Amino acid sequence: MAEQSSGNGAPARPVSPHLSIYRPQLTSVLSILHRMTGVILASGAAMLCAWLLTAAAGERYYAWTEWFLTSWLGYALLAAWSWCLFYHLCNGIRHLFWDAGLGFSLKQTYASGAAVVVASFVLTGLSWGLGLACNLAG
Amino acid sequence: MAQLTLPQNSKVRKGRHFPTEGGAGKTRRFRIYRHDPESGENPRTDTYDLDPERCGPMVLDALIKIKNEVDSTLTFRRSCREGICGSCAMNVDGTNTLACIKPIDEVKGEVRIYPLPHMPVVKDLVPDMADFYAQYASIEPWMKTDSAAPATQERLQAPEDREKLDGLYECILCACCSTSCPSYWWNGDRYLGPATLLQAYRWLADSRDEATGERLDELEDPFRLYRCHTIMNCTRTCPKHLNPAKAIAEIKKMMVARR
Repeated sequence: MAEQSSGNGAPARPVSPHLSIYRPQLTSVLSILHRMTGVILASGAAMLCAWLLTAAAGERYYAWTEWFLTSWLGYALLAAWSWCLFYHLCNGIRHLFWDAGLGFSLKQTYASGAAVVVASFVLTGLSWGLGLACNLAG
Repeated sequence: MAQLTLPQNSKVRKGRHFPTEGGAGKTRRFRIYRHDPESGENPRTDTYDLDPERCGPMVLDALIKIKNEVDSTLTFRRSCREGICGSCAMNVDGTNTLACIKPIDEVKGEVRIYPLPHMPVVKDLVPDMADFYAQYASIEPWMKTDSAAPATQERLQAPEDREKLDGLYECILCACCSTSCPSYWWNGDRYLGPATLLQAYRWLADSRDEATGERLDELEDPFRLYRCHTIMNCTRTCPKHLNPAKAIAEIKKMMVARR
């Protein structure tokens, strides 16, 4: 039952609850999002490689990627990846300010956190708007 | 390695319910973590209904009322009841704070009370702080000097140098910040945590201390200092409104500056 003995024969002390009881808040939620978007972007990098590889391999192979990326799943993944990219980028800049010792007051932290979230959606919307507009024009 | 779920012996079961004395009128419900090491059983949460009209304003008042009038087995630490000793640090309504300066009215609905998160529990709301204090001792929190002390007076400090210690010396080592930090939860055996690092910076920032290089050498480690990922839960939760995250950032800056 006890994972570890405390050494004197008594059962180990229980660990007090942590994740399950701690209130999610902007500070911790944005932090874990930064890490998660980083992991998701790593998988996006694999997709980017596949795109370049098939483009180099020839038209027949590229058609597969084209087919996948223009399917609804492909669009959904690209939308998610692009948001992850902008969130990770903006929050990365926020981290650079922190590394310089700036923006550590709670007020600034909450303001910069909110700004990062807003900016990530605005930039995602802008890039998709621009991309689709160019696509239609072209 | 991070263990996101509680080990078998730590899973919290449903406990007993203590209804209010009168039964009628307004009640406030308190759900409190209980662990009796002698029972050999898993921890549980007991609920207590109190009449807010007959209870003091702070969470600590409710705990004392429960202990005095409802269930004398409820165990918790407390001393000064004015936020200066740090004894009653616990998790109230999902964030760490001092029960003595946390108004019950600030909590909506049921008041959930747990020990400081991810700590070994001695009994009920009393965590084992031995490792936390050992970490504090490891940074040698006293003034270290090589130069001879002035013969006729104490070591003096300019007012502007003294000001650099504001926001650092007020720390009461209640451990609210360290036990709010996910990084400390997962790596508490090797990462020093926000409270200890704030104290480390308190000595690094002291113009009279002459062991800055030695202190930085001790902290130059992938875990001791650099497990801080600027999550900022520490600053958010500090009941004394200090800024451990900022202090840690200043240490990281000193590390870069001395290269």
